[in-house]
Amino acid sequence: MMLSTADWMSVVDWSRAQFAMTAIYHWLFVPLTLGLGFIVAIMETIYYTTKDEFWKRTTKFWMKLFGVNFAIGVATGIILEFEFGTNWSNYSHFVGDIFGAPLAIEGIMAFFLESTFIAVMFFGWNKVSKGFHLTATWLTAVGASLSALWILVANAWMQYPVGMTFNVETARNEMTSFWEVLFSPVAMNKFFHTVTSSYMLAAVFVVGISAWFLLKGREQLMARRSMMVASIFGLVFALVAAATGDGSGVQIARTQPMKLAAMEALYHGQKGAPLTVISVLKPEKERMTQEKAGWMNIEIPRMLSLMSYRDGDAYVAGINDLVEGNPERGLLSVEEKIERGRVAIGELARYRQAKQGNDREVMREVLAKFDPKSSEGKTFHKEYFRYFGYGYLSSPEEVIPNVPLVYYSFRVMVGAGVFFILSFLFTLWLLKKQQIETRRWWLWVLLWSIPLAYVASQAGWIVAEVGRQPWTIQDLLPTVAAVSRIDSASVVVTFFLFVVLFTTLLIAEIMIMRRQVKIGPEPLLSDPEQSNDKTNRDE
Amino acid sequence: MVQGNVFYKIYCFYRDGFRSMTLGRTLWAVILLKLFIMFAVLRLFFFPDVLGDLTPEERSDYVLEQLTSKP
Repeated sequence: MMLSTADWMSVVDWSRAQFAMTAIYHWLFVPLTLGLGFIVAIMETIYYTTKDEFWKRTTKFWMKLFGVNFAIGVATGIILEFEFGTNWSNYSHFVGDIFGAPLAIEGIMAFFLESTFIAVMFFGWNKVSKGFHLTATWLTAVGASLSALWILVANAWMQYPVGMTFNVETARNEMTSFWEVLFSPVAMNKFFHTVTSSYMLAAVFVVGISAWFLLKGREQLMARRSMMVASIFGLVFALVAAATGDGSGVQIARTQPMKLAAMEALYHGQKGAPLTVISVLKPEKERMTQEKAGWMNIEIPRMLSLMSYRDGDAYVAGINDLVEGNPERGLLSVEEKIERGRVAIGELARYRQAKQGNDREVMREVLAKFDPKSSEGKTFHKEYFRYFGYGYLSSPEEVIPNVPLVYYSFRVMVGAGVFFILSFLFTLWLLKKQQIETRRWWLWVLLWSIPLAYVASQAGWIVAEVGRQPWTIQDLLPTVAAVSRIDSASVVVTFFLFVVLFTTLLIAEIMIMRRQVKIGPEPLLSDPEQSNDKTNRDE
Repeated sequence: MVQGNVFYKIYCFYRDGFRSMTLGRTLWAVILLKLFIMFAVLRLFFFPDVLGDLTPEERSDYVLEQLTSKP
């Protein structure tokens, strides 16, 4: 299909918007499933060990909310896979089995998880033993996080492509080491940071809903005990999320320095760079030319260098250094990278022409350049192919992501994370002092923390994904080369169809969830022996 | 089917579970409607697999052409 440059950019922009919108909506459902599964499992473990019917009732209440969220959110991620095949076909082919393998594992795991353990969780209360039921609940929680692992491994590979070689003949990347892909430091950090921050979101949810019960003067005991469990759970994983976030910073400094510079709005590289806690960003031209990118800067001296390189005096590259190059620091300019990328693309074009003309000598010559095992191939990879994606860029400025969006999103994420740590601590202190019900203002804060947790979670993804623009695969494939040459009108239509579909699902979730919270937990059976419930009996 | 059969027990487990659902009925209705919209409407009419009809070799040639030519 022949497209003008304007049409193509329109397809790129609408495809990006559609993918972002789908991913954002999908991520509204996922983190609660990841975290609430574990909170429910902990509550059921308390029931299992204490045999106190109160905990069974509490478990069943939160399990019901888990079920609502799971049912509404399940399969919303499949649409992302539709988009890969239609809007991002070049990308889908280019990534080859590297992206396909983790997604296939995720699909198989999700199927077994959903058809077995969740069924036991919900149908098994009157059918199976306590121990078996508890095992199913734990396996559901663990399985959901393992399912997330494969998606996050695939995402991490796009941010830091390792364990593969590019096959010129098939125009695909081929996995050379599954373990290198799975255990790449970026993948591990991303997995632990994402799931632990999701556990924190679920804890905020449980604490917030419990606060609502206390405000209404209903189910006080359940609310207080749920708050206790969720606050401890949330505090532990909020601290782990902070530690893994710090680890992500170290990885980003090495693998995606432009993202780090955008997160800090650091335009001029410096030794002993300070960490900006907050500032108001200046307009773009002023940011690029003036010493400070923002007004009213609150900074911690040398902290950015320390956090990024574990050395308070380390040099942190700024946006201008990365674009214009800095020979003193060994940084190539983007202009130079574009030239080198074009050489690599030129070799690929030469191979294609040779293939069409059946010129085997030229084909062999090009294949040798792309062979990572030969010395010629190693040199070509180091000097040219690693900049392959730059060859598609029209100007050096295209490598700069949306700085204000990344900068403020990062501060929303970190600020909310710090607030939640303090919030869990204060809530635990009030519970210990038995003053939680008298501090009604704090209960309102806890209730309204629920949307804040979602905003923070989405802000984290904005930092990760907007921060790596223009790349779909870091340095290898920008969005302009990854997108399919399709009619932008069809992407626009499906964009708005998704807006309607996902908004309807979100409204359905909020309405069903709200109704179930208002109904509250089931009445407690006065005599458990009267119930035909195997899980009420000792094994 | 023999009542002691493990498959029969699993069948009964799911059958009884689905029968005794209350909130679950609403949730299943949402899931089925969503899957219908996604696979029978969106997938079929709006999300063709752009390279789906090509052989692996044709797909490689197509992407190679895409990667080496300007739009």
